[in-house]
Amino acid sequence: MAGLLKTKPTPPRWLLAELTYACPLQCPYCSNPIDYAKYQSELATEDWKRVLTQARKMGAVQLGFSGGEPLTRQDLPELVKHARDLGYYSNLITSGYGLTEEKILQLKDAGLDHIQVSIQASSQELNDHIAGTESFEHKKQVAHLVKKHGYPMVLCVVIHRENIHQMPEILAMATELGADYLELANTQYYGWAHTNRDLLLPTQAQFEKAEAIAQAYKESDAGKMKIYYVVPDFYEDRPKACMNGWGTTFLTIAPDGVALPCHSARDLPGLDCPNVNDSSVEEIWNDSKAFNYFRGQDWMKEPCRSCDEKDKDFGGCHCQAYLLTGDMHNADPVCSKSPQHGLIQEAIASAAKSQLAENEKPLIFRNSKNSKHLS
Amino acid sequence: MTLNSELPIHFSRTHRLQWEEAQQKNVILYPEGMVELNESSSEILKLCDGTRSLAQIISALEQKFSTSGLSSDVTAFLEVALQNGWITQN
Repeated sequence: MAGLLKTKPTPPRWLLAELTYACPLQCPYCSNPIDYAKYQSELATEDWKRVLTQARKMGAVQLGFSGGEPLTRQDLPELVKHARDLGYYSNLITSGYGLTEEKILQLKDAGLDHIQVSIQASSQELNDHIAGTESFEHKKQVAHLVKKHGYPMVLCVVIHRENIHQMPEILAMATELGADYLELANTQYYGWAHTNRDLLLPTQAQFEKAEAIAQAYKESDAGKMKIYYVVPDFYEDRPKACMNGWGTTFLTIAPDGVALPCHSARDLPGLDCPNVNDSSVEEIWNDSKAFNYFRGQDWMKEPCRSCDEKDKDFGGCHCQAYLLTGDMHNADPVCSKSPQHGLIQEAIASAAKSQLAENEKPLIFRNSKNSKHLS
Repeated sequence: MTLNSELPIHFSRTHRLQWEEAQQKNVILYPEGMVELNESSSEILKLCDGTRSLAQIISALEQKFSTSGLSSDVTAFLEVALQNGWITQN
């Protein structure tokens, strides 16, 4: 009976194509998996084209070319062209590293719609330290070129304890560079950010101060630039509605072709995430175990099962529940109704303690050597 | 920022208006986002081609749908569209 009543899932709208794990930067909060170095294979050009075609046919319309650094793929213009022909709105999510004016023009011709450039801080010294690469001046040049050639530009700055004090300068820098949107992405603590959490998680006072500055900018006359503010969920009372609901909207394809309901899901145990080399996007989206696993509410335990907010946040983030409580079926511990909410308070206390000089540890940068060491 | 009734109205160069077969509706696409449009909104935006002023858009719509009195609804929608950056003037 249950099978007969099963409704067809809503089709994907957002496709995140992680073209490669290769990246010249070493940001210590990277969302790629810690053990990325063991996934060496990458989909071929024709495989990506097939995936784009299949997902578009289902209704995907927003497409992110991401990574790693997607510019390291030589076939990027060819994939952009294919995406444009299919009617996608394509977003290039890049560090800017290796982006020349020639390449910007080539991608424009191919039909790229938008470039998101990440900058790690508002000062050269801190940017280059966090990125693990000398890149600040080049990134600023890239931002100018992106605007010069008529693209809308999102400037993305990941916010954490090392740069949160630069909020006024970050806003000024984004305005000066002519960004149409500034994404202030408070670090989400998965992957490398989870490993480095003690060194990255700001205090509540730091968050509140930075948020007030961003809010004041939004309300000021200078606020022509739109701000996307990614909330720091460790200081929230309720979890985020992760991925707008599992398997409802977002489809991520990892460099080796593994299809993921969210870009961190690769770390969840027992999902058997399917590969686009073995099945079509439609089969994966509609029928695979992984994509059906957290659809609906049958998987929920208490306190989610009887919660009157379960339609709003779907129990929060399963990756966070897994990383912090060891069981992905638990409520996201960010929720104050979670019996394990104390873990969040402990994480905050631990980060505050490590801020003291005598406890200082070094950041673990995201590179192949550290990846192999930690896997 | 309010509409200038004299100047022609363009659809934004940094947004895209497109028919989505899967959704059976027009949408506006922009960096990492999408707005789904109802029929009347898309009819209005399709006329924002850089040649028509507000009054010309209103009269074109009234003619197309053989009706009158659309002025306040169309103006209100285009004010919102301008605030959201979907259209520009000059």
